[in-house]
Amino acid sequence: MSDIRFTKDHEYVRVDGDVGTVGISDHAQHQLGDVVFVELPALGAKFEKGAGAAVVESVKAASDVFAPVSGEVVAVNGDVDAEPGLINQDALGRGWIMKVKLADPKELDALMSESAYDAFLKTLE
Amino acid sequence: MSESAILRTPLYGLHVEFGARLAPFAGYEMPIQYGSGILAEHLQTRASAGLFDVSHMGQARLEGPDHATTARALERLCPADILALAAGRQRYTQFLNADGGVIDDLMVTRPPGADGRLNLVVNASRKAIDFALLDAALPADVRLTRLDQAALIAVQGPAAARALARLAPESDIAAMQFMSARPIQFGAFETQVSRSGYTGEDGFEISLSARDAEAFARRLLAESEIEPIGLGARDSLRLEAGLCLYGHELDETIDPVEAGLAWSIQKRRRVEGGFPGAGRIQRALADGPARRRVGIRLDGRALAREGAEIVGASGEPIGRVTSGGFGPSVGAPIAMGYVASAAAAPGTPLALMVRGKPLAARVAPLPFHPHAYHRG
Repeated sequence: MSDIRFTKDHEYVRVDGDVGTVGISDHAQHQLGDVVFVELPALGAKFEKGAGAAVVESVKAASDVFAPVSGEVVAVNGDVDAEPGLINQDALGRGWIMKVKLADPKELDALMSESAYDAFLKTLE
Repeated sequence: MSESAILRTPLYGLHVEFGARLAPFAGYEMPIQYGSGILAEHLQTRASAGLFDVSHMGQARLEGPDHATTARALERLCPADILALAAGRQRYTQFLNADGGVIDDLMVTRPPGADGRLNLVVNASRKAIDFALLDAALPADVRLTRLDQAALIAVQGPAAARALARLAPESDIAAMQFMSARPIQFGAFETQVSRSGYTGEDGFEISLSARDAEAFARRLLAESEIEPIGLGARDSLRLEAGLCLYGHELDETIDPVEAGLAWSIQKRRRVEGGFPGAGRIQRALADGPARRRVGIRLDGRALAREGAEIVGASGEPIGRVTSGGFGPSVGAPIAMGYVASAAAAPGTPLALMVRGKPLAARVAPLPFHPHAYHRG
């Protein structure tokens, strides 16, 4: 059973047990446009919630990816390193950026559910 | 920009209809990209043809009693040989300040048939400054007319000539030489066409009345080769082509010699001078400039953007990136910037500081992507 949560900065974390898969939302990839480079974190790096963990660069701009939860990086997506456009094609799936071992699962409570995030996006229009 | 209302070009409605993402640029609400995105639009232009709305640029006409009078009036402000410009030809030049710094860069066309007339196209962001400069400098017998009611549409790419020839079969447009200009009738549309552009590809820039612009653009877009292209791809195309963008590679502190534009200063002007900043420019031509605009290729895939510091082999600052991004046709990150002349030779290793880290790079020859102009 996995559960997806979103931040106001348009990251998501999909939680499965004590590991969260982190990426940027479909809205974020659409706003950025064609992604041409992803700066991935190092395996084993530890981030506090809200710290800059990765950088996604599109043709237009560089955008920081902030850690939606605190934890240790246990995997990074080599596929987006080789093919950054995966983030445009499938941001919530094959375009994931890193997997984090959650330091404090209670942090998830402060993030938005998918329906809350959809409602939040409507306020941005 | 100032608080003045944002302007729209005559093609605004068409941009909206074609799903453009619009943003303010030089006081105009302009299409940055359409639905297919910047990468696809860039590659479309290189592979087939793209239509660019450049109606925000400043078009103007100079009229004097004869070519020599009008040409000499303009030559007081810029270093190109305008006197020798033949009828039906176009030339690239710059307005210079007293220090030889670039106030703006522009295209000058001597239209066929109208002796004493020159047509100018200047940058949107600089047109108020340029036209004030001209107003103050022109003699009484040379008149400046702003063509604010004219639209400008660029059609660029290897299929541009074929598609346009279909719409003006009698015109022999495909035989026009690079940097030539003449009036062409496309069906009911009266236009002024030059074979030039800002992408490095073969292509045309077409001036016509604002009233006709939308119908004409629709006619062009009905051709299978031509798709609408936004300013995002226009920027990546010109960066790969190694072309200067005002406010980036050019400003009032940069002279045309260090910008690599000495080719646009013809021999008579080098010898005679008689343009603003001639002393500095003649010295730079004789001794070589202290810094030069260079192309830069990064070794890795991380991008360096405008403003990134350029450092030499031992970490010392030697310049700054003026434009940088991903080159879709090159398939790698590219940049331009200014470095000390000693570090300007192609192959010179350097590094670009991005997010506090040095990215390994080297000086590369310009253009990054070969020009494909129609020289006949």
